[in-house]
Amino acid sequence: MTPALMLRAIGRPALELLSAIGRVALFAAATLGHLLRPPFYAREFGAQLLQIGWFSLPVVGLTALFTGGALALQIYSGGARFNAEAVVPSIVAIGMVRELGPVLGGLMVAARVASSIAAELGTMKVTEQIDALTTLSTNPMKYLVVPRVLAATLAVPVLVGVGDAIGIMGGWLVGVTRLEFNSVTYLKNTIDFLEVWDVGSGLVKGAAFGFIVALLGCYHGMNSGRGAQGVGRATKSAVVGASVLILAANYLLTEVFFTS
Amino acid sequence: MIALSNVKKSFGANAVLRGVDLVIPSGKSMVIIGGSGTGKSVLLKCILGLVTHDAGTITLDGTDVRTAERDAFLARFGMLFQGGALFDSLRVWENVAFRLMRGAAKRPKAEAREIAIEKLRRVGLGPQVADLYPAELSGGMQKRVGLARAIAAEPEIIFFDEPTTGLDPIMSGVINDLIREIVVEMGATAMTITHDMSSVRAIADEVAMLHEGTIKWTGPVSEMDASSDPYVDQFIHGRATGPISAIR
Repeated sequence: MTPALMLRAIGRPALELLSAIGRVALFAAATLGHLLRPPFYAREFGAQLLQIGWFSLPVVGLTALFTGGALALQIYSGGARFNAEAVVPSIVAIGMVRELGPVLGGLMVAARVASSIAAELGTMKVTEQIDALTTLSTNPMKYLVVPRVLAATLAVPVLVGVGDAIGIMGGWLVGVTRLEFNSVTYLKNTIDFLEVWDVGSGLVKGAAFGFIVALLGCYHGMNSGRGAQGVGRATKSAVVGASVLILAANYLLTEVFFTS
Repeated sequence: MIALSNVKKSFGANAVLRGVDLVIPSGKSMVIIGGSGTGKSVLLKCILGLVTHDAGTITLDGTDVRTAERDAFLARFGMLFQGGALFDSLRVWENVAFRLMRGAAKRPKAEAREIAIEKLRRVGLGPQVADLYPAELSGGMQKRVGLARAIAAEPEIIFFDEPTTGLDPIMSGVINDLIREIVVEMGATAMTITHDMSSVRAIADEVAMLHEGTIKWTGPVSEMDASSDPYVDQFIHGRATGPISAIR
């Protein structure tokens, strides 16, 4: 392979990636612009809050419960190597609220919500429902995108908060029933070692992840290709894009929050 | 009056509209005919601004559609989409009253529902349909609901995109008659896209033949059969041989 061909092989995907990032950034800017200007569709926002927040609660709660339990077992068995079994409650709590709660909650919401938004808007696009909205003097960005993005940005931190509490309870349940911790001591250690910013940083991450999930779902849905294949591709791209962006944003936010 | 002058639109290397010149007089029913994939729907979407044309001008009563105030411009239009394009998540009456419950024309919910039921009755659907969801309706009923939605705000101009595609001949006849009645009754300007010749004869005052991105012929429907234009002649008689290639 000649150097020119190698450069081309690297250059083309790199340009496509940068172009895609640019398009998503413009879409995000347009969404924020519409968010600040009326009209606002309160009924749509309420419906999305219910869909994204309330109906995601079981999946986020179950994920947190099992993660908290598994974390307690891992820390106990790892800590036993240097006689540090007692740190289980505090590490479970810090691990859940800082990292696992927001990240796993965000990823579960990405799987459930980004796919559903992309499929719904993609189908609306291929069946001309989005064109119909425009002809009915209704801006699709305001009617479809803004309520979803706002609802996800507000609902995911709440989900993360609830998930944190359930995850800590999962750790407590395993600690008390399997690892012979005293219940009161476990809870006291959890509360004593947890700081407000540990919880606050996780909630801020949750808001960022909610924004990413809804934005990517809407972007791919609104730009879906034709037919079932186009909608399928949009759905896949939304979930993959949102998941990768959540992990990248998590690293960046962790750098900002905890290394300075 | 809607006037198109040298309108061009390409998608990548595919030049769909190659210089369309057409005038749709106020209060007239213009039907655009042409084979599948000849740019009829793109032409209609260019007028509405759903697709941006690359060159040429489109004016509505002398105002360029690109500079017109968007909400006021769209408020003058109603449109029946090919597949109905009804909103799945809303009930039938909410679809019909969509425009009446938002924006400048906003009315109280009860009044909007009342108007929606009246418009449904106008297209031959009873009030029992109002609370159903679009997925619970047959194709013909969905088209009628789409028609009711298009006329709900009593627009000056109504576009019909393939209004009879996918319907049986009897339902096609019903839809054609409804369109004609409504257009005459409302005194609206109508533009219909179709390749169904029975629709053309039932709906049109004027006919325009679009082929290879340009208007090949335009004239009153009464002169269509005797147009002596080879494109129109081949199309209306459904001949496989002629200037229009069967393989596109």
